[in-house]
Amino acid sequence: MALLSVQNVVKIFGELTALSGVDFDVAARQFHGLVGPNGSGKSTLMKCIAGAETPTQGSIHFDDADITADPPHRRARHGLSIKFQITSVLPALSVYDNVLMALQARGSTWSLMRSASRAALHDSVMDALDRFRLVDRADDLAGILSHGQQQWLEIAMALAPQPKLLLLDEPTAGMSLEERRVTGELLMPIRDTCSLVIVEHDLDFIRDICDVITVLDQGAVIGSGTVEEIQNNQRVQEVYLSRV
Amino acid sequence: MAVANDSSKQAGGLRRRLQVIPFLEIALVAIFVALPMVLDHFWVVFVTRVLILALLGLSFDLVWGYSGILSFGQALFFGAAAYVVALLGRDLDISSMFLALPVAAIVGFALALFMAWFLLLGRTPPSIIFVALGTLTGSYAAERLARGWYYLGGQNGIPSIPAMTVGDFVMYEGVGFYYLALGILLVVYLLCRLMVRSQFGLVLAGIREQEERLTFFGYRVQHFKAVVFSISGAIAGLAGGLYAFHEGFVWPNLMGVILSTQVVLYVLFGGVGTLIGAVIGVAAIEYASFELADRYPEFWPIVLGLLLLLVILFRPTGLVGLFVSDRERVGSFGSKRGKDDGAA
Repeated sequence: MALLSVQNVVKIFGELTALSGVDFDVAARQFHGLVGPNGSGKSTLMKCIAGAETPTQGSIHFDDADITADPPHRRARHGLSIKFQITSVLPALSVYDNVLMALQARGSTWSLMRSASRAALHDSVMDALDRFRLVDRADDLAGILSHGQQQWLEIAMALAPQPKLLLLDEPTAGMSLEERRVTGELLMPIRDTCSLVIVEHDLDFIRDICDVITVLDQGAVIGSGTVEEIQNNQRVQEVYLSRV
Repeated sequence: MAVANDSSKQAGGLRRRLQVIPFLEIALVAIFVALPMVLDHFWVVFVTRVLILALLGLSFDLVWGYSGILSFGQALFFGAAAYVVALLGRDLDISSMFLALPVAAIVGFALALFMAWFLLLGRTPPSIIFVALGTLTGSYAAERLARGWYYLGGQNGIPSIPAMTVGDFVMYEGVGFYYLALGILLVVYLLCRLMVRSQFGLVLAGIREQEERLTFFGYRVQHFKAVVFSISGAIAGLAGGLYAFHEGFVWPNLMGVILSTQVVLYVLFGGVGTLIGAVIGVAAIEYASFELADRYPEFWPIVLGLLLLLVILFRPTGLVGLFVSDRERVGSFGSKRGKDDGAA
């Protein structure tokens, strides 16, 4: 049974069909790459899974539940976490408080007012910052971090609540080669606890960390399989790999 | 990977900083406590009014400065509660502080919750403009209703409200009322401070920064906004109840657009998102208005307007921003982070 199952998802914006009947499964603890040319519908699919967009048609099942109509906060509480393409850390808050924000989301209003979970969450916050090499920046405002560090912070925030599935939309965009390498290293350990769907233009990065790759073109899946299978797929060669 | 006991990591990342706001708070409390000893009756009454309006300022800072909800209708909760207190006194002969003030706070809370239900709890997050215009409309409609409703005294309002009683003691305007208002302001201020520096306050700060992002962490953002909006309504209502007793009469302007706008100016002038800025803003504007009206009776509103414009244009963080760094304004949230850490 797949952890995430996207079935025949269609998304139409006015005259534009962004997704036309996408089927897509992610198994537990699987790293799944989502690639395709610009405008192929990768980010729209991610948004449909996270709840930022509602599919025009089709269904999305996550962890044995139909989440197609669920609002984003309910999906997040179910164990789904996302890092969007555009970095969206909270720039006017400290790095520490950004992670705390992500961690405390399941607390009740009353417990948050009493700061009941603050001491208990401290170790988890520091652990997340330590894992993403941000401990020394804990007290700095998130807005003054470098672009690469902001990306790491956002991944740390997305991972902090220990999701079952993490969605990463272009996590290495704008990073140096060294930062990309480190990002790959930082993501590998989460395989023990979490599945990953990652949209990325850096195919070497995708090859290095993903078990399965799905290729989208013009809102439709044109190939899905292991790295070797995708590299040998004639259709994918013609539509996508020949362009990059 | 446990890092709880690794104090070297904590020391590198979490630093102690000199805090200016606590000094301002202590100084202001000391000044307010001492003032009645040096002021005559007229000024004691004047500063009492400032203390009560500071409660109203706090209620606005809570929603705008800490939560990003632009409420242009705080006077609605203030004025409605003032009218209810006036009616309790006039029609039911109820003037006990222990009954009237809680009722005033409940009226403010209930009205704000009702407004939140309309303005904040829809399926999609409302825009700032929608909330601003919605609250402004509520304030305007309430003022018009009060002007036209004979039972509420129409244009003249409700005069001769019985004086507030505390047990057997009748509380007229003066030093006793002053210290009561100061005590209530201190308690409400401390509760607000605890709230905005709690983990709940962190959520509010996140809502102010990036409301949409928070939903993807699992927060029911609209629910949090409704809670803080209702709490701010309760504070404004409490202020309205006190104001009605202090002034001895209520009139439609207490619910209207002018007072609602004035509250925005108080907080912008003093320093938004600091709490203490709301108190300083009320004191500064009320005193400046009084002095300017006395010296330049014909064009003091223009002078005051220009002064406000200059501060807002060149010092968007308000008067408090002259002394307090941006980092301190952001602060941190919850109790102490760890036993080896001094940052609060």
